[in-house]
Amino acid sequence: MRSRSMAGFRQLLRNTPQGLYCPPGDFHIDPVAPVARALVTHGHSDHARSGHGTVLATPETLAIMGARYGESFAATTQAARYGEKISHNDVSVTLVPAGHVLGSAQAVLRWKDITIVVSGDYKRRRDPTCALFEPVPCDVFVSEATFGLPVFRFPDASEEVAKLLKSVALFPERTHLVGAYALGKAQRIISLLREAGYDKTIYVHGAMASMNALYEAHGVQLGPLAPATDVARNALPGEIVIAPPSAIADKWARRFADPIPAFASGWMMVRARARQRHVELPLVISDHADWDELTETISEIKPRELWITHGSEDALLRWSELNGITAHALEIIGYADEDD
Amino acid sequence: MRAFARLLDQLAFTPSRNAKLTLLRDYLGKAPDPERGWALASLTGALTFDAAKPAFIRKAAQERLDPQLFALSYDFVGDLAETVALVWPVKPGANREPELPEVVESLRTASRREVPILLERWLDALDATGRWALLKLLTGGLRVGVSARLAKQALAGLGDVAVTDIEEVWHSQEPPYGDLFAWLEKRSERPSTDAPARFRPVMLAQAIDEATDFARYDAGDYAAEWKWDGIRVQAAHERGERRLYSRTGEDIAGAFPDVLAALDFEGVIDGELLIFNDGHAASFGDLQQRLNRKSADAKLLAKFPAGIRAYDLLMDGEEDLRGLPFAERRKRLEAFIARLKSPRIDLSPLQPFASWEELATLRANPPQGDPAIAEGLMLKRWDSIYEPGRPKGPWFKWKRDPHLVDAVLMYAQRGHGKRSGFYSDYTFGVWREDANGDRALTPVGKAYFGFTDEELKRIDKFVRDNTVERFGPVRSVRADRDFGLVLEIAFEGLQRSARHKSGVAMRFPRVNRIRWDKPAREADELPALEKLLD
Repeated sequence: MRSRSMAGFRQLLRNTPQGLYCPPGDFHIDPVAPVARALVTHGHSDHARSGHGTVLATPETLAIMGARYGESFAATTQAARYGEKISHNDVSVTLVPAGHVLGSAQAVLRWKDITIVVSGDYKRRRDPTCALFEPVPCDVFVSEATFGLPVFRFPDASEEVAKLLKSVALFPERTHLVGAYALGKAQRIISLLREAGYDKTIYVHGAMASMNALYEAHGVQLGPLAPATDVARNALPGEIVIAPPSAIADKWARRFADPIPAFASGWMMVRARARQRHVELPLVISDHADWDELTETISEIKPRELWITHGSEDALLRWSELNGITAHALEIIGYADEDD
Repeated sequence: MRAFARLLDQLAFTPSRNAKLTLLRDYLGKAPDPERGWALASLTGALTFDAAKPAFIRKAAQERLDPQLFALSYDFVGDLAETVALVWPVKPGANREPELPEVVESLRTASRREVPILLERWLDALDATGRWALLKLLTGGLRVGVSARLAKQALAGLGDVAVTDIEEVWHSQEPPYGDLFAWLEKRSERPSTDAPARFRPVMLAQAIDEATDFARYDAGDYAAEWKWDGIRVQAAHERGERRLYSRTGEDIAGAFPDVLAALDFEGVIDGELLIFNDGHAASFGDLQQRLNRKSADAKLLAKFPAGIRAYDLLMDGEEDLRGLPFAERRKRLEAFIARLKSPRIDLSPLQPFASWEELATLRANPPQGDPAIAEGLMLKRWDSIYEPGRPKGPWFKWKRDPHLVDAVLMYAQRGHGKRSGFYSDYTFGVWREDANGDRALTPVGKAYFGFTDEELKRIDKFVRDNTVERFGPVRSVRADRDFGLVLEIAFEGLQRSARHKSGVAMRFPRVNRIRWDKPAREADELPALEKLLD
């Protein structure tokens, strides 16, 4: 039972130029190019691309892809709820919450006596906008390593939101412009602001409206929102505006009252990163696992092998070596988390 | 420690001066005594520790974290103190977070051997921002973009008093400044200012308005002297205490031991700090070699000997002259300097004139020698008392007209704060002929003000429309014989500079006019600029 080698595991899952591929089930996971059959872990555009033949994902992820790409993003779709077992050939697939964004899932693959968990992107912290990560015992745990360096140990997100609210109180004549990824991060920040008792209207960039509506349709209450477009010059002093990261230091930002550029991202842990982006109020809020979450998850799951998909794999490989865990870097190209 | 760490963190990310003032006022108004006093001391440079060396900090971190993991982390972050603050693996069972006064007081009494133990204990108890702030405090130099002047301005705002009031009492106060805060919060009287060699807030001049002021004021009421191109200083020697202050009351004696040693008098002089070569004043570029240092070695002292050109006397022995008219003070100053007979302290001579026209001629044609490097003229009313601040009327500065050059915009960089969405920092160049006779632009300076918001918008559009290449936040803009944007640049002086490719560096460059009409090929050439070298 417990003597199978990596070669054995590779019969169930291997890396290909299109991304991870499961030969017995004949499907790719989060392929970076169009394929016949795709399993998509979550709706971020580097993982969920349009143009596949058929897509298996959670209903929420399918809804997100539909909102992003239009209903014809794939020839056919198959929805799988969390915990629902789908079998194809001899392979069974179960989607389990990954805690990353709404609908995000880990794919649990079982074939013969092998279990492989592809975690997609994940985090372990509580998030009011999505289901909590569930650890699943397995032979191979396929992990991301976006923040796979010991420097990334994120503070509590509520502390960061408190920092934002303190700044809003201190600078009532200025607009706080918060850069946040349109899917997931934006809604999480809004929810955290509501939890902190902020009940004023929150202004949002046009690119976020459809995702906000989709989250609300899935039961995530966001409170009063209004578009931040079509406003006069020096508009919205004392207000919070949420926009995609690329918009906060661009022409778009000029319409607001002496804006304070803020950015909600795990990268904000490192000062040089914040300065490069001209951020004046860095908010360390991430939808990815930080170093402690990565290492604690691996220690908890105790996989026989750890495969690392993308990010800073060097440090995680070193940590695995120090902790007697067999680990491999898959070096999948095409996942970008610069704005995350 | 938490509130102080948060303050430093936010100051480090905040470019706007006003926003920094708001952050400082908020902190100083809310933090308890003596914490805020120690915070103020560290921000104004009155409190520096040299308790931990970078090598020690690295070693402490590597004892807890695998060296390879540490190296990967350091490589990514690029700053040692920040790396340690972020990666520090906290031992479980964390201690109570230390308060700033506890840290300061412990460090003041701890022995060399005790510091590492204290440091580890504190690092375990603090969060990442707290660890970063602590390491900055311990290694000396906060570098969060706050000058002592800015901190004093925040104090003035807190107590609703003038910043000159703060400056006047500042040097009689010691950290953690309990009396100062008590006064600012109206809980007690203004602290006594009777400290020997304390700083006296300086009197400043208004820029003259040529269009109206000459008609309004009588030439006979004013004395004139050259406006020297050095830095304003106040030199004090009272009851055994010697001090050398900058115009804002910062003690700069450390960098000028030669000047300090020359203060063989009892009193307080107001004058210009200059480099003297055989009794002649040297250019500002030479003085710059001595500025912004904590100390100066023998070689530097010999190469750039400093001295003071005195233009006012505030204290003569124990007598306060500030209430006397300028004419009176001037007589006392002349006698004072004559008695002193110091090669390092001379007198700024008055320039006799009968009419404003005569003075204008003098300003336009400064004679050879020291006045050739002067920045213009100073006008002082004979009857003016020495009044701190910048009162309108008694003192005027009449600067020399700036030099002008037509240069071509070469690179643009996005600004900060209000201008964060705009390309507002401009590198400009002039034409230079190479050995083959080909003309190419060579950068000669950088300017980021001197234009209106409307003009900024137009230049920003020009930059975006004519970008040739991007390097991070910088764009290179099309600039060649046939196409380019000509900027008329005003500047105060030009010095040789090995750091710049063109070999020259401008003093105080700004955009004077935007020459949308002028073809790029007609911009100025480097040799024309080189004629202006100081």
